[in-house]
Amino acid sequence: MKYQIRLTGDNARLTREINARCGVDLTQCYQCGECTAGCPMTPEMDAGPTKTLRLIQLGMEDALFDLNTPWLCASCETCTARCPNDIDIALVMDVVRQMARLKGKKIPVKQPRVFQDVFLKSVENNGRLYEPGMIAFYNLRSGDLFHDVGLGPKMLFKGKLPLLPHTSGNREKLREIFRKAEAFEKEAGKETSREAHADPGHGSGSDT
Amino acid sequence: MTYAYYPGCSLKGTAIDYHTSAMALAERLGIELKEMEDWVCCGASPIHQRNPALASGVANLLLSLSKGISPQVAVLCAACYHNMKKAEVEMREDGKKRSEVEEISGIAFDPEVRTRHFLDILDKDYGLNALKEKVVKPLSDLRVACYYGCLLSRPPEIAFDDPEQPTIMERLLEAAGAETVSWSHRMECCGASHAVPLTHAVLRLVNDILQSARAAGAEVIACACPLCQANLDMRQAGILTKFGVAHNLPVVYFTQLLGLACGATGKEVMIEKGMVSAAPMLRAKNLL
Amino acid sequence: MSKIGVFVCHCGENISRTVDCERVARASEQIRGVAFATDYKYMCSDPGQALIKKAIREYELDGVVVSSCSPHMHEKTFRKAVEEAGLNPFLCEMANIREHCSWVHEKEETTTRKAIELVRLMVEKVKRNVALEPIRVNVTKRALVIGGGVGGIQAALDIADGGHEVILVEKDPSVGGHMAQLSETFPTLDCSQCILTPKMVDVGSHPNIKLYTYSEVEKIEGFVGNFKVTIKKKARSVDIDKCTGCGECQLKCPSKKIPSEFDRGLKNRTAIYIPFPQAVPARPVIDREHCIYFTKGKCKACQKVCPAGAIDYEQTDEYVEEEVGGIVVATGFDLYTVGEQGPYPDYRGYGEYGYGEDPDIIDGLQFERLASASGPTGGAILRPSDGKEPKSVVFLKCIGSRHPSKGIEFCSKICCMYTAKHTMLYKHKVHDGTAYVFYMDIRSPGKGYDEFVRRAIEEDGAVYLRGRVSRIYRSGDHLIVKGADTLSGAAVEIEADMVVLATAVMPQPGIEGLFQKLGISYDQYKFANEAHPKLRPVECATAGIFLAGACQGPKDIPETVAQASGAASKVQILFSRDEMLREPVVAKVNENTCIACWYCLEVCPFKAITQKEIRDRKGNLIKRVAEVNPSVCTGCGTCAATCFSNSIDLAGFTDEQIYSEINALMAVGQDLFPEPGKEEGESPDEQAA
Repeated sequence: MKYQIRLTGDNARLTREINARCGVDLTQCYQCGECTAGCPMTPEMDAGPTKTLRLIQLGMEDALFDLNTPWLCASCETCTARCPNDIDIALVMDVVRQMARLKGKKIPVKQPRVFQDVFLKSVENNGRLYEPGMIAFYNLRSGDLFHDVGLGPKMLFKGKLPLLPHTSGNREKLREIFRKAEAFEKEAGKETSREAHADPGHGSGSDT
Repeated sequence: MTYAYYPGCSLKGTAIDYHTSAMALAERLGIELKEMEDWVCCGASPIHQRNPALASGVANLLLSLSKGISPQVAVLCAACYHNMKKAEVEMREDGKKRSEVEEISGIAFDPEVRTRHFLDILDKDYGLNALKEKVVKPLSDLRVACYYGCLLSRPPEIAFDDPEQPTIMERLLEAAGAETVSWSHRMECCGASHAVPLTHAVLRLVNDILQSARAAGAEVIACACPLCQANLDMRQAGILTKFGVAHNLPVVYFTQLLGLACGATGKEVMIEKGMVSAAPMLRAKNLL
Repeated sequence: MSKIGVFVCHCGENISRTVDCERVARASEQIRGVAFATDYKYMCSDPGQALIKKAIREYELDGVVVSSCSPHMHEKTFRKAVEEAGLNPFLCEMANIREHCSWVHEKEETTTRKAIELVRLMVEKVKRNVALEPIRVNVTKRALVIGGGVGGIQAALDIADGGHEVILVEKDPSVGGHMAQLSETFPTLDCSQCILTPKMVDVGSHPNIKLYTYSEVEKIEGFVGNFKVTIKKKARSVDIDKCTGCGECQLKCPSKKIPSEFDRGLKNRTAIYIPFPQAVPARPVIDREHCIYFTKGKCKACQKVCPAGAIDYEQTDEYVEEEVGGIVVATGFDLYTVGEQGPYPDYRGYGEYGYGEDPDIIDGLQFERLASASGPTGGAILRPSDGKEPKSVVFLKCIGSRHPSKGIEFCSKICCMYTAKHTMLYKHKVHDGTAYVFYMDIRSPGKGYDEFVRRAIEEDGAVYLRGRVSRIYRSGDHLIVKGADTLSGAAVEIEADMVVLATAVMPQPGIEGLFQKLGISYDQYKFANEAHPKLRPVECATAGIFLAGACQGPKDIPETVAQASGAASKVQILFSRDEMLREPVVAKVNENTCIACWYCLEVCPFKAITQKEIRDRKGNLIKRVAEVNPSVCTGCGTCAATCFSNSIDLAGFTDEQIYSEINALMAVGQDLFPEPGKEEGESPDEQAA
């Protein structure tokens, strides 16, 4: 048990911040475990989604960002689809990942983050994803140089890998959307964080 | 029947067989899939994992490219469908979200636009009876396990069939004469893009899925998503190494099977592209 | 010129903490028509009431305004005091300066002013109050009980034992309800049928009880003390007077593959059938939908074997009228189903559990039938698919219940207890088996209840896992249950031989149709509403109608029986007098101006309005107008608000009274009641005028 829970009256701040960013109400989570029960990735996770939501409810920010859970989420949305309280849990995972990045937290598991970055970099650079380049770049960045190299020649042989990247006439437009969305999220992040700080005390934040 | 067709990156790369077979099928059915110009990548899962607003912004750009062709946007890839449909539904129902996304993408959202998966188009617009009429080589004696994966029907708001017990692929393949098996892992996650960064987890998930399909007596898995196909097909070698299980179960796109049934050749539907080839089995059944 | 007294109450400190009561009294003196005004610490106390009575006599008051709490609290108290002083009680009104003023505002000048204004409104109203007399109504001392489950049975027996006649209507061929289906009951594990059947027999043979089984309430007219009920006796196709209940017909009936309702589909029955051996009456009924004679035109096997000649294919639905004074509604519950198309179309089923289509996924009542000695397996726990003894059974609680995304938010209350019971019954019969329970919370308040649950865990080894289940699917011989144990934080996978779903307790499907006929209200789930959740839990808002059991919300047997006895007691209180008094706050139609549009008739929630014919001396019809039955009218005012020709007024709340209140309020634009020491404006009278 690495953490002790200290309740200081300010514990609902994190819930409020995430509620505001996701348009969900995490006070509705009654910890039934249905998300953990259906999650395909729990065997690899430090804690299932249920416990992850509990840490948010209790405002345990350090413990939350220490979990590999959000980074292992495969975005299959089984949890979202079956949550008895209609909480978009997969979106909460997305937003926790995003918050960790914006707040400069240390990411507890490297590979998914690297994959996300090289994938989006490839898209941003070319307008379209160039799979061979992306994989090569991923291997370089993750330090796992020979990852899946066995598959490459087979796929080339099957004609499944294009030799050169495709580009799109809308590449510039796409880059602009990347820039604007990033700025928007940073601003929204600051704002919800400010609002959450400004309104201490009560259990639920979204409606105050 | 003309649709604005958004292929997405995989369909021009690793899933070229999905694209090619869909075009062959569409041609035989008289459905025109007119490719949108200058399309970009939808960003798949990584895009909303990094920034949900970015995902919606890009989806809005993609939807806008349908202008001049048709407000009906045909999509084959489940991840593309998921991103675009989710953004579309969200923008139609939530005015605040809509103006945010319009601001980020610099593009006005057209509420008339509809993202449609090709399965849905075949079922609702084309119809099972019309499809049956086009079948020249029924897929008799072929036991197919239909695999839906996650993104076609989650969240339930974007589903075009029962989100927990879909039957659309079974209905289409049965119309083409195939026998479909009832199996448990039709909607279990294959691990999606974790195939690269977390291969061990994907091997575990894919192994369970293949085991379930085989236990149900399937001879082939039909799917509707490039990533599902890639994981279920390409990872069989890794499963053999890791778990010592040789599944040898071909994984094809539903469009490949329907294409064959409607008279396309094996070459036209690129049936040879799979790592575990479906060709020998299909040839033995006289379907090639 | 009116002579009205204003009595301002401090309510201890409840009002005086934020309102200057003395100033309210002084300002009230200034209102035209007020002859006397004073304030007092507790106006509802004996000295307070004495003060009012004394003032009435001394100042010859013709109206009283008590400025204190809500009329819900003390209107009765003060009207009684006023009556004792010789004034008509309906000349007394209350200005609510507590709930509407002192409790909801801070201590500031405007709070006191608001109190003064509230008094002024009431003074204007009381000026226009007229003396009203209570309405007298005759009482028919016979009761109707709807529903023959344990609640209806108990209510019927209690009323009948109290010496009154009871009409008991049950829609099924036999009384008994769900309790007759149960195996054992918690927390004592005594046999359900053993304790119920004596009561069923009593109901069947009680001289004061007239039993209508296989019957439904078709129509209800009238009002408290004077209901007229039309009962539809569905065609049984069997003359129950001739029939001896020998059962020959059942044996010979060739149509044998009909899923038995009583065994919840786990066993088949014939088309002519007695639902279960202890049925009351023990007489068969022909299910015409499945009878070969009725569907194909020939067979008549039952008629041929019947030694009593009781089979009557020509029987038709029969309608009988009964007059009753009070009604007990005991229509009970049914279970939500996880299927794609269940009896409750408003609620989503469980696709993630394969819509429960696997034969080895059953519900709680089906498990009761499996465990019951009279059930399809003779009491052996065998799974439906292949009749094998299941070695691992997984019980899932909160299915439907507490699941907002499926449409249901409430807790079904009884499942925690019956699931614990099921694990025990299972373990007592399958010693080498294991029972697993997925639960969100264990709710076991009640005498001996929590001890019972602990016994299931500690003595009978039930494995309790705190979490929900995300999926159930078949894998060969087993069902795979994928759940979570949130206490350890882990996902759990169990290979089960059988799964039992504790599905939500719901009202009978379509029961709202009956509630509409009765004119009683119901909630979003179609559970009947009580008049007050705490203080009037047995009565409906509609006078003379009472509730018993799960038609009002999930209840277990002891609660149902207690409430049924409560309802019976309420009925007997109603029957204890030959006539009853009702408040005269009712609607009245101005026959001269009524245009007979009948909108009032449509909107009246209590069916108090009828069409009245006005004839001349020769008997020629002149016109039709609306007429309010004062014994039924509850004074809700809906008709008055709807009336297009402004022809309906509510006694005690006439348009004139309401408008005078509004006018008084409109006049308060200017400073009529300045703070002490400030310059006074024009006199309030001139302003009001």
